[in-house]
Amino acid sequence: MLQVYDTEITSRLLLGTAGYPSPAVLSDAVRASQTQIVTVSLRRETAGGKAGGAFFELIRELGTKILPNTAGCHTAKEAVLTAKMAREVFRTNWIKLEVIGNHDTLQPDVFALVEAARILSNEGFEVFPYTTDDLVVAERLLEAGCRVLMPWCAPIGSAMGPQNLSALRSMRAHFPDVPLIVDAGIGRPSHAATVMELGFDAVLLNTAVAGAGDPALMASGFARAIEAGRQAFEAGVLEPRDMAVPSTPVIGKAVFS
Amino acid sequence: MVLQRRPGNGSNGCQMRPVLIKGAGVVGLVTAYELARRGIEVDVVEQAQHIGAGASWFAGGMLAPWCERESADEKVERVGAAAIEWWKAALPGKVAQEGTLVVAAARDTRELDRFATRTTGHRWLDAEEIAELEPDLAGRFARALYFPREAHLDPREALSSLGDTLMAMGVRFHFGQATDATVSHRFDWRIDCSGRARLPDDAALRGVRGEMLYLRTGDIQLSRPVRFLHPRHPLYVVPRRQGLFMVGATMIESETCGPIAARSLMELLNAAYALHPAFGEAEITETGTGVRPAYPDNLPRITRSGSTFCVNGLYRHGFLLSPALAHDVAECLLSPNHQSEFHDEA
Ligand SMILES: Cc1cc2nc3c(=O)[nH]c(=O)nc-3n(C[C@H](O)[C@H](O)[C@H](O)COP(=O)(O)OP(=O)(O)OC[C@H]3O[C@@H](n4cnc5c(N)ncnc54)[C@H](O)[C@@H]3O)c2cc1C
Repeated sequence: MLQVYDTEITSRLLLGTAGYPSPAVLSDAVRASQTQIVTVSLRRETAGGKAGGAFFELIRELGTKILPNTAGCHTAKEAVLTAKMAREVFRTNWIKLEVIGNHDTLQPDVFALVEAARILSNEGFEVFPYTTDDLVVAERLLEAGCRVLMPWCAPIGSAMGPQNLSALRSMRAHFPDVPLIVDAGIGRPSHAATVMELGFDAVLLNTAVAGAGDPALMASGFARAIEAGRQAFEAGVLEPRDMAVPSTPVIGKAVFS
Repeated sequence: MVLQRRPGNGSNGCQMRPVLIKGAGVVGLVTAYELARRGIEVDVVEQAQHIGAGASWFAGGMLAPWCERESADEKVERVGAAAIEWWKAALPGKVAQEGTLVVAAARDTRELDRFATRTTGHRWLDAEEIAELEPDLAGRFARALYFPREAHLDPREALSSLGDTLMAMGVRFHFGQATDATVSHRFDWRIDCSGRARLPDDAALRGVRGEMLYLRTGDIQLSRPVRFLHPRHPLYVVPRRQGLFMVGATMIESETCGPIAARSLMELLNAAYALHPAFGEAEITETGTGVRPAYPDNLPRITRSGSTFCVNGLYRHGFLLSPALAHDVAECLLSPNHQSEFHDEA
């Protein structure tokens, strides 16, 4: 069981809703993943007026909790505005805060992120900040009122998988009690299993599922990998040794087990 | 089998009275054609003063069933492949079957590999072969995917000539008429092809906004649609006559029709410029927005309630799929037991 803000969730997979071949495929993927939280981008789907209405209705019908995001925002001000709009549209205080610093790499602007996180937390939002693996930034975000952190493991949509394992390890060690959700950069189930084995609390996926040949099948594959990684972490992973060590003494006799 | 029945004079005492079609977009016109050539009397009401007032006017006009398979259902490829022959037969000389070229910037060539694994009906080209096919793209790309069987047409020209053909076949058009109330009593069947106008009445239908623009330049020539892959902003350029190029298109979950957004314009132009710098010097002659009506599975549906059929949800595939849908509607009218793949009994 994982607690984020005051909500308890059993599924450790969060799913983004962008870029699927169709809403029907998205809904199959959500079901196959058994996720309890989906993210939805407000910015891209609100080109004026009550746009996005029908799509948002489909998202609501998925029956999961909705974590709106501020994808596509480049300044703190824009992100704050989008968060407020999201609160209206989805009637939730949750906001996945994204402030993009580089249009090309989609790397977060951590300075604007901290600023926006502070403003939104003060206004009663429960902020899920998309950040890097930098520990000092993470501390600032917690000071600003965040009680969950969402570090990347590689750039958004890159599918490269964990690029800096030791940074992720120190983040886990540094913040043992903060829910840490790896957001962005996961390409395949083994990547997700890897970060879960390190003790991260959950994984947020979008492109890796949406862009797969069979998104629903991939979602279910990911769900299992995440579960497996979590079980490995809870069970205590055997650390690699310098040489092969037989599990039973083998001196001079055959081993029957 | 094509059944020939004269209006009001069906076999077995079955009366085939005139049919009213609402909407002169690609679906309405293609349906009118399929009915008229089966000898059925057809009237078309269109709320605008002219043909093609809706999404169809802004389409790329690509008949690209193999490329579309990248994200579309298997049905789209299967049914769409036949559309190329349909358009060639209906509008001789107006369809170019030059294939489609798919390219990506050097750093995004993995997108090409991904595209290749999702699709069939293509072959790889190297730099030399690209130059042979599209001399103006020489030296710009090391590899490309080529879909030789695909075709394209100019949607505006196609709609207008289809309109002319229909009038010559005796189909009556009533422009500037938003309601069919005044004429409806004369018709046994009504076929609603009103596209996004159905949104308020059909809860399952949604709009997917597509923004596009036209560029004019004499500095570059293309013979076929070129798709330029990008992880976030894929784009295509479709050549038209007289140095015109249609550049499209965004995909936004929204049913608003308003003018193109600055960001979208920037993204489209950026991609066009990356495809070839000559587009940077081109004139922007037009920007436009169409709303693609779509069902949750992004596949079209024929729904029937009483004596009204609705044909809608053509999404990105109005030109590609309307021949198959029109055929199904015509068969449904003529033989009540006809099984349509797209039929969704309301
Ligand atoms: C940017 C863009 C690019 C596209 N590219 C392609 C492509 O390359 N290939 C492809 O196959 N498809 C493409 N499409 C998709 C295609 O354009 C649509 O699927 C298609 O136009 C839908 O056709 P329609 O006839 O249903 O709707 P429309 O074209 O919108 O026609 C509906 C018509 O009904 C009329 N009408 C509405 N209400 C009433 C009423 N009450 N009474 C009378 N008349 C009424 C409207 O005025 C309109 O003329 C593209 C779409 C967009 C937006």
